[in-house]
Amino acid sequence: MGRGSAVARLSGFMTHLRRNGFAVGPGETELVLSTLAADEFVLATAARLALKTLLSGNREQWAGFDKLFDAYWFGHDRKLVEGAGAQAYTHPRPDIWIKVLPPDETARAVGRTGNGEAPEEYGGPLIASPSDALSRADLRTLVTPDEVAEAEQIADRLARAIRYRLSRRRIPLRRGEVIDLRRTIRRNLSHGGEPLELRRKHRPERPVKLVVLLDVSGSMKLYSRYFLNFVHGLVAQWLQADAFLFHTRLVRISDALRDRDPSRAMERLSVIAEGFGGGTRIATSLKTFNDRYAKETLNTRSVVIVMSDGYDTDSPEALAVELRRLKQRARRLVWLNPLLGWKDYAPVARAMAVALDYIDCFATAHSLASLALLEDELARL
Amino acid sequence: MTLDYKPLQQELAEVGYIADDALAMALCLTMGLGRPLLVEGEAGVGKTEVANALAQALKTRLIRVQCYEGLDANATIYEWNYQRQLLAIRAHERDAVSSDAIERHIFSEDYLLRRPLLEAISQPTPPVLLIDEIDRADEEFEAFLLEILSDFQITIPELGTIRARSIPHVILTSNGTRALSDALRRRCLYSYVDFPDERKELVIVSARLPGIDQRLAEQVVRFVQLVRREGLEKTPGIAETLDWARALVGLDIGSINKDPATVQASLICLLKTEADLKRVPAAVAARLIGKVT
Repeated sequence: MGRGSAVARLSGFMTHLRRNGFAVGPGETELVLSTLAADEFVLATAARLALKTLLSGNREQWAGFDKLFDAYWFGHDRKLVEGAGAQAYTHPRPDIWIKVLPPDETARAVGRTGNGEAPEEYGGPLIASPSDALSRADLRTLVTPDEVAEAEQIADRLARAIRYRLSRRRIPLRRGEVIDLRRTIRRNLSHGGEPLELRRKHRPERPVKLVVLLDVSGSMKLYSRYFLNFVHGLVAQWLQADAFLFHTRLVRISDALRDRDPSRAMERLSVIAEGFGGGTRIATSLKTFNDRYAKETLNTRSVVIVMSDGYDTDSPEALAVELRRLKQRARRLVWLNPLLGWKDYAPVARAMAVALDYIDCFATAHSLASLALLEDELARL
Repeated sequence: MTLDYKPLQQELAEVGYIADDALAMALCLTMGLGRPLLVEGEAGVGKTEVANALAQALKTRLIRVQCYEGLDANATIYEWNYQRQLLAIRAHERDAVSSDAIERHIFSEDYLLRRPLLEAISQPTPPVLLIDEIDRADEEFEAFLLEILSDFQITIPELGTIRARSIPHVILTSNGTRALSDALRRRCLYSYVDFPDERKELVIVSARLPGIDQRLAEQVVRFVQLVRREGLEKTPGIAETLDWARALVGLDIGSINKDPATVQASLICLLKTEADLKRVPAAVAARLIGKVT
């Protein structure tokens, strides 16, 4: 094999990787060529290890590299691997459910939010005005685009209420709480080092990370569409947010929510949400979250919001275990329960009774007015 | 540059670190290309130890930055020694020295406290720079780290730019508590370290505890391999295996099926949370011991 054909084969390999989700560009190709050229007698095994180190960027790619390498260079079941690989390296996308449902179902499931732009400015605390009759209507009856838009606005305001928290690193501020020695000395050199003018620093507020877990099971069906809009409002404008849906299992939907076309995003989500209207396995879903996602999505500045009615087919003990694990990782745990707004409701669902021990804020979420009241509550967390 | 990683692997083995082929190759490339290496893996698979061993094998210094939330430039690059500066200003007050001269004096290298990153680039021979648990630091720190790792120079406003005297071998480790930025990943070479298989772990135990009875070592390693499959909260790493083996040797236990009560009690070396201890009660331990002996 001449040098020219080797180079061509290699760039083919890079394309092969790129198609399977590797972030490799011309820079990497060059790096690989120069690395391999540096050593005249490269064994295949050494070359494979070198390429693996140079080209993979995370654990999934690292684990899948050998298969892709074999498929390309040795032609083992190439087709199969390419197909499987492509799926393995993309995040679970909701598109797959679109195929499951008939097209007219998809169309009906759309929650139009095209005009649901949230206001840019934060206009003081949100107060539910009495004149606003629709804001107290139970969310089960919420259907019009205006109401959907309002739901997103409330979500946006709630998000802002809990958006910032104190951090540990300090930055300069005239009226900060601590003296910044470095800048003080620098400043006072002209006074012979006598610290006449003090420079201060303070701890700035840094964004809180938000993780939303939304129950879309049968018992939540009446609310889930509305909540989806709410979650969309929370996640779409917010850099550090992640959202998950769960019913009998857990699906990550952050990518779908960030779809640039809001109505298409809602479409994709509604389909997932409505495609499943069965039982709820809260504990199992939380376990999936704890095992797979918690480590990378949660940090000490995370607020986790669970939206569920607490009707669980798993055992309450299992739920307690998972909630404890969740609580250890997150800073705050908020549980929004639409049933709480009903007259005479007490959290008797067994799961709910167990969960209360681990929750920092347990609140109702059955109407827009009740969600608006949350703003104060969340700001205090 | 060479892609032959065997000599390096051999050198690492001589200082007691058993690196598999992939890791040895990664280290070899890191040194050859002068690029940082990002090592990921579960806690306890010996990520930090890689840097230690590399420093020993190359007979050079190990400079370590432990990351935590809130870590900033003052703690990692440099800081002025303010107390000394104040004293110096006082001391020169009565002398007829111009304020310019004082300023030049107190902002000279004598008053500079070198923090690890500055220290690392001002060594005459390339040291190993370990940036441990980079995922614990904030994203802002990651950003300025990127800058230093690409240029290997640091600008101090009062002194000017300090260029690297030698390019350190940089190793970053991550536990995956936070997703790292793509920019950082692209700048680094990548290696994932998994829990060792039985054969490798046995070699590690024998290398680290030369005095251990071979049969006990085999039992310990097989037991730990089984425990790792139990789906524990905190899967025991190599450090735990070594601790446990050391404890058993210290307790004078020749074979782990001999003295169940003591062996059970010694499991605290391996299982680090209450839930995990409850998951491996005496009955389960006995079953596992039955499988390995």
